Amino acid sequence: MQRIGVFVCHCGTNIAATVDVKAVAEALGHEPGVIVSQDYQYMCSESGQNLVKNAIKEHNLTGVVVCSCSPRMHENTFRKAAASAGLNPYLVEIANIREQCSWIHKDIASATEKAIILGKAAVAKVHLNAPLTAGESPVVKRALVIGGGIAGIQTALDIAEAGFDVDIVEKQPTIGGKMAQIDKTFPTLDCAACILTPKMVEASQNEHITIHSYSEVSDVKGFVGNFTVTIKKKARFVDETKCTGCGLCTEKCPMNKVPNEFNMGFDNRSAVYIPFAQAVPKVATIDPNYCMMLKTGKCGVCSKVCSVGAIDYKQEDKLIEQKYGAIVVATGFNPINLDKYDEFAYNQCPDVVTSLELERLMNAAGPNGGTLLRPSDKTHPHKIVFVQCVGSRCDDSKGKPYCSKICCMYTAKHAMLIREKYPDTEVYVFYIDVRTPGKNFDEFYRRAVEQYNVHYIKGMVGKVTPRSDGKIDVQASDLLANEQLHIDADMVVLAAAIEPDKTARPLATMLTTQMDTNDFFTEAHPKLRPVESATAGIFLSGACQGPKDIPETVAQASAAAAKAIGLLVKNSITCNPCVAHSDELMCNGCSSCEKVCPYGAITYIDKEFKMPDRTVAIRRVASVNPAVCQGCGACTVACPSGAMDLNGFSNSQIIAEVDAICK
Amino acid sequence: MQEAMINKAKQLLADGIVDRVIGWKRGEFVYDITPAIFETAEELEKDFVYDDFTAANVSKYLVKESKKEGKILAFLKPCDTYSFNQLIKEHRVVRENVYIVGIPGGPKLDAEKIKEKGITGILSVKNENYTLKIETVYGEETMPFYEAVLDKCASCKSKKHMIYDELLGEEGDVLDSNRFDMVEKLENMTAQERYDFWREQLSKCIRCNACRNVCPACTCEKCVFDNPDSGIENKAPADSFEENMFHIIRAFHVAGRCTDCGECSRVCPQNIPLHLLNRKFIKDINTFYGEYQAGEDTTSRAPLNEYKQSDCEANIVHERGAE
Amino acid sequence: MQVNENKEFQPLIVAFCCNWCSYAGADLAGTNRLNYPDNIKIIRVPCSCRVNPMFILRAFQRGADGVILCGCHPGDCHYTSGNYFTRRRMTLLFSMLDFLGIERDRTRVEWVSAAEGAKFAATMNEFTEAVKKLGPNRRLEDLRCRKQ
Repeated sequence: MQRIGVFVCHCGTNIAATVDVKAVAEALGHEPGVIVSQDYQYMCSESGQNLVKNAIKEHNLTGVVVCSCSPRMHENTFRKAAASAGLNPYLVEIANIREQCSWIHKDIASATEKAIILGKAAVAKVHLNAPLTAGESPVVKRALVIGGGIAGIQTALDIAEAGFDVDIVEKQPTIGGKMAQIDKTFPTLDCAACILTPKMVEASQNEHITIHSYSEVSDVKGFVGNFTVTIKKKARFVDETKCTGCGLCTEKCPMNKVPNEFNMGFDNRSAVYIPFAQAVPKVATIDPNYCMMLKTGKCGVCSKVCSVGAIDYKQEDKLIEQKYGAIVVATGFNPINLDKYDEFAYNQCPDVVTSLELERLMNAAGPNGGTLLRPSDKTHPHKIVFVQCVGSRCDDSKGKPYCSKICCMYTAKHAMLIREKYPDTEVYVFYIDVRTPGKNFDEFYRRAVEQYNVHYIKGMVGKVTPRSDGKIDVQASDLLANEQLHIDADMVVLAAAIEPDKTARPLATMLTTQMDTNDFFTEAHPKLRPVESATAGIFLSGACQGPKDIPETVAQASAAAAKAIGLLVKNSITCNPCVAHSDELMCNGCSSCEKVCPYGAITYIDKEFKMPDRTVAIRRVASVNPAVCQGCGACTVACPSGAMDLNGFSNSQIIAEVDAICK
Repeated sequence: MQEAMINKAKQLLADGIVDRVIGWKRGEFVYDITPAIFETAEELEKDFVYDDFTAANVSKYLVKESKKEGKILAFLKPCDTYSFNQLIKEHRVVRENVYIVGIPGGPKLDAEKIKEKGITGILSVKNENYTLKIETVYGEETMPFYEAVLDKCASCKSKKHMIYDELLGEEGDVLDSNRFDMVEKLENMTAQERYDFWREQLSKCIRCNACRNVCPACTCEKCVFDNPDSGIENKAPADSFEENMFHIIRAFHVAGRCTDCGECSRVCPQNIPLHLLNRKFIKDINTFYGEYQAGEDTTSRAPLNEYKQSDCEANIVHERGAE
Repeated sequence: MQVNENKEFQPLIVAFCCNWCSYAGADLAGTNRLNYPDNIKIIRVPCSCRVNPMFILRAFQRGADGVILCGCHPGDCHYTSGNYFTRRRMTLLFSMLDFLGIERDRTRVEWVSAAEGAKFAATMNEFTEAVKKLGPNRRLEDLRCRKQ
């Protein structure tokens, strides 16, 4: 038999002025199971709470209903009070008779009647409340960072700084990411390598950081605090522990006509290679697509010249399994492929390049040693046209609907650097809008226009046509002057939109995190939880969450690290007990619940059941991981048999409330 | 076809490929055909039936049968293969334990429609150039074949098998059916007219549960209507509300999963056009979320288990035309 | 609800509100003393996607004259995707109720954020008026539950 206590709060006059609290207490006292019903001036005050506590002890209550302000305000207060008096905190229900009654109604009679109904609904619900215990789940004190660009490096450094072990998984042979390819950074124009490479070295030397380069995440199991991740270390055919990075093999390799991806294919590397001078780890990698020894079994030069015997043609992919408490995704971005943009002649003319290609063309470690020359004939360009928003802010299927955010600034940077170094070069920038929010960003752009006389023209480039004399004819419209322009350019630079890395989508599936339609990871809350994914224990760092420049990326990387550290410092995490659970005997195993779960909290297991006819059947049934479930209840409605129910908001509890209100 | 099917079944039994066969046998009357299990060649010879009255969808039986030891042979008409696929998608059948032989489907006959013509005591039927020759205890009668066809066959959506191990006869095509015509007609009525229509129909419901028991999408281990804890358990339609409630909830539970096999209406002893409720959901899903045919494949997500950010708002229902 | 001769018809309306946005929006309406009719009785659910069509039918059975479901705006769901499922489910359910000839203005879905106290009050005022116009729910009630 239930023994329920009802406590009606006056909230000074906040409730008592429009609700006859005595009448409410009186009416609810007659509800079934209610054995004590009291009112008090301030139920949340210490003496009010004592009233509740004493009643629990004195009457040995099995449930408590507090008619007061919103549960969003004091539900926790009363739950704690109940717990301290020895009653399970989840046996407390609140009837909101302030915000949703006394404050919005003026007529005492009708407000009192409504308060009684709300109280009855709470009593009806508390009859069905079950004592719940929050589970605990241990936290593995190790973090995984997926992606070794500036975002991943910064996150790993911050987590390591806090004293936790971190592994970085990077699919390329070296960490560094896109930032390593960039020449100078806006708005300060300092050299990217000069600020990035010390961080790369720091990461490699930090005792808490392990770098798995040339590796991929191949499987993720588990949940917050307790992920089991399988990492595939691809065979690089060089023993990392032996290789000293001397580079002799790369010099002697006869297969030296491999397009160098680090320099965007403007020059060549050998089949055994170190991506760039400051690579971390500085270890050679053999490219199996080009190595003659691996392809035909004939050559073996690198093995012969290697003084430490690091070359191992028989090396195979290796799987490593490791447990982690937190995972940070930092998979970054790529410029989109411009094959579909025939109007810009990108595929026809070598002097039409993307902005990232221009970075390499201008870089001192680039193909021309830092002198800007046309890729076609290695001559100095005198007229350069920049085209903005190539594939960004695009309605059609060719491009992306969003703004790539970084292009306006890096184009201003390119224009400025070119004008600075080659004052005889004319620079045109065609734009839809120039977007420069950011510290010192607009000042930077204005310097490009005012100080460096870069020609900014609002308008679209319609067509780029390579001419036989080596010039490039650029047709464009000037929207402000309302005229058509023809520019005979020497080079055209396209600000290609950026998109998430292609590995992000399969990774999101493994991590059961959400992505938007553009394959950017979705944050748990767009304003208030920008670096957490909706899946507990998975954090987002850098451009995998949306286009970002370097300062923003680093800020977000540190924020993600802070969130991960906040998780790792805990020995265990308390789970929300208001989670879904499935009645195995009723479960059909249909997978509907699994499909609507945003957290991947539901898995299916084949379980043996003793059937009523004394046979044993193996049935596929849903199983909810209470550490992962957040208690939204989407599964409860997707379940056709009603096997799935939600603690704290069960079907029968809600139906009881409905009935009480409609009585 | 019946002969070829019996031969096929006997051969598969003899070769040890299957251990059991699910087919149909005749009941008291010639048009009274129910699914049955056969284990030997003799049983097949004796009782196996496949004729113009054999309309029952055996897919649902495979939920239980496929979990038993050994392999079972199932003859599936095109419409049945949709149901079977849907059951695979929902992990309700063990695919490996079923050997599927695709057989050509209807149009199948509706004994009720023959009886409506005043023809009783049916002994046998024969389709001759689309004239149905009916031998009865009172002598021979005739009626146009298409007037005796089951409603579900008259608006057949597909003659193509979605899944099979082997085919008997020729493969057909997905058809351009007129199956939403009646739904549309109802939609164009006023709310009062629709209410009156459904009140008249649903008030006939005797809660015999035949629609639920035959429905290949209703395979729950425990139905909410049988579960005292569900809050909606009920047995007899004591009030018009419960008639509505039962059919709305049932249609909602199979929304996005119903393959439109039409069995619910076929078995309803009160001739309530229950399939219209399911078709309404199918039509809405097609209109709001893009064409979707449950059972067409075994992997696609059911429309209610996915979403698009650009989905229409629920209030679109209120904005549609006048009451 | 009764229709009294000298009193106008007062509908009973059940409002399901998600804990994170709409329930907070209702609280804000209260904090700002924005009046809306006492016909509205709110039931708190964690997310709009917790609302089973059974609950809505149950309310009508027991004598509710209108049911409104409030959740976070699409894209703002605390659980990222719950309200998207709600939207599909309710679209189909409401369409079905309409198909059965049940007055479509008795049901509604509204997205109300925690900051939209004014919207919450306005929505409830509007909805109550709409249900008032329809009169008592007769097409989807259980006569056994009708009050004497």
